[in-house]
Amino acid sequence: MWLNQFLVLGAVLFCIGVYGVLARRNGVMVLMSIELILNAVNINLVAFGAFHQTPAGQVFALFVIAVAAAEVGVGLALVLLIYRNRSSIDLESVDLLKG
Amino acid sequence: MTGSVLAIELAYWQETILRVLGLLAAVLLPAGAIVNLYLFKMMAFMQSRLGPWEAGPAGSLQLVAEVGKWLQKEDLFPAGSDRRVFAWAPIVVVASTFIMYAVVPFGPDAWFADLPTGIYFALAVSSVSVIGILMAGWASANKYSLMGGLRATGQLIAYELPLVLAVLGVVIQAGTLNMQGIIEAQRNGEIFGFGGIGNPYILTQFVGFAIFMIAMQAELTQPPFDMPVAESELVAGYLTEYSGFRFLLFFIGEYATAGAFSAIAAVLFLGGWAVPGIAFDSNVMNVLGPVVMLVKMMLIVFLVMWFRFTYPRFREDQLQIFAWKILIPISLVNIAVTAVLKVAF
Amino acid sequence: MVAQNIFFGIIAAAMVLSAIRVVTTKNVVHAALYLVLVLAGVAAQFILVGAEFTGVTQVLVYIGAVIVLFLFGIMLTRARIGQEMDVDNERRWIAGLTAVLLFAVMTFALVDAFEDTDIEVNAALAPQTTQAVSDSIFRDYLIPFEAVSFLLLAALIGAIVVARRE
Repeated sequence: MWLNQFLVLGAVLFCIGVYGVLARRNGVMVLMSIELILNAVNINLVAFGAFHQTPAGQVFALFVIAVAAAEVGVGLALVLLIYRNRSSIDLESVDLLKG
Repeated sequence: MTGSVLAIELAYWQETILRVLGLLAAVLLPAGAIVNLYLFKMMAFMQSRLGPWEAGPAGSLQLVAEVGKWLQKEDLFPAGSDRRVFAWAPIVVVASTFIMYAVVPFGPDAWFADLPTGIYFALAVSSVSVIGILMAGWASANKYSLMGGLRATGQLIAYELPLVLAVLGVVIQAGTLNMQGIIEAQRNGEIFGFGGIGNPYILTQFVGFAIFMIAMQAELTQPPFDMPVAESELVAGYLTEYSGFRFLLFFIGEYATAGAFSAIAAVLFLGGWAVPGIAFDSNVMNVLGPVVMLVKMMLIVFLVMWFRFTYPRFREDQLQIFAWKILIPISLVNIAVTAVLKVAF
Repeated sequence: MVAQNIFFGIIAAAMVLSAIRVVTTKNVVHAALYLVLVLAGVAAQFILVGAEFTGVTQVLVYIGAVIVLFLFGIMLTRARIGQEMDVDNERRWIAGLTAVLLFAVMTFALVDAFEDTDIEVNAALAPQTTQAVSDSIFRDYLIPFEAVSFLLLAALIGAIVVARRE
């Protein structure tokens, strides 16, 4: 298998995730797009680990998975808080600091 | 690539077909046996129900009658439901059960997949069924279904932790995640220098076994942990809107999962398919092993069903407190003690 | 090797289609369910390159916990059946353009840098096994590991404090 198979797949997922983060206004959907980006990174890490014959790639991927779990926990708590205060999870409506 | 089963040389594709057929049998036979033996006969005996003794000689055709009944019912979709998600939900639940069975060994060569991280894989796949249950609860467009789905999720997530932590004690003691390795470690173990019966981990890991059994009861949503489908509160929880073939899939999934968890418990705590005195890779065990496993599985399911028919239902807050404040701390202490003893001896 | 490439192609195609549905569907629950397909595909790709432990962890953590958390959060707030309005903002054409340009740049760089370099995937190779990974975590990366566990504790407390009803 080519190394580039995995890298290009990662690039596609990364760009789809970037589109999602930019184009969505629903808080939960933005979080999902961030998950896509993190998974694209994981594919690259594991592919490079296999390429260099080192476990380090997998170790970093495991760390990313742990950090992603923490990120989703805090992120969903924030979305829940926004929903409770504003009865909507539309991120466009969270612009009170604009004045 | 060739493999040999019972000393007969087989091509790779022949071996694969054999393994797939074996997997199908391993999922469906115990599920049918559990339903027929325990749900019909034992429940009828313990709760003085007369119905299951009527169909056929001594009620032996009850299972056929039940399956026939479900197959001829109409496949209903409730109005306003999300049809695609509603249709896929039971399939997700059943698929997760099938994949769980894939790593359970029934003999030295009688396995579907012998992964180096077998037990970890089985526990990971068992958690996928939660998604199927949430799908069913949400897509039914019914408030009782949604409540049941949410209750089931809270319960399954809470009890997955003690389940995994209880397994960790066994993994530390055996020194491997591979299920064949765990069986071999038990078979070759010794109790104070006496190796006649090996060392089934139910003896050294009894705390782990007790926690595993309780967590398993909750994961299977069997009473006393059946709040997600509590008929007096939620009609039938996430199952409310299902009928016909799709309900049958959920039903098979429920009892096949009971079989899968009991098979894993048999491997982890009762020594799996191995019989002391017969060589570990002896060909005899490919025939005898599945029988030994089936007997041990039925013993464990008997315990589950016994608790099911005996105890009344928990309350939702009691259930969560029991998991987070009692089971998880005990299993953490169990892991610490096991690790210390493993290093000390 | 041919079989592996065919599997890679099938899984990758399914992953990309599902990922596109994640960012275009109008229903939040559907988006989460398509995300399950993408994550399962990622796990399958990991197993394909011999990273078995990471693949199984991907299933356990992402599908078993993260997605369930998503679905739980969606259903606790609001989850209407059918399509919802206003899930996209008005900048989606610019967003699409950004994504396509980014993809073009990245792909050009990758193809230019690695051309047709091969990955040697052999399950028997020592550095890829679960044992090697655990040795690596608890020797070379012990301090990052402790940092991650501390981060998880902080996130746990933070999430409880943020979401708690006073």
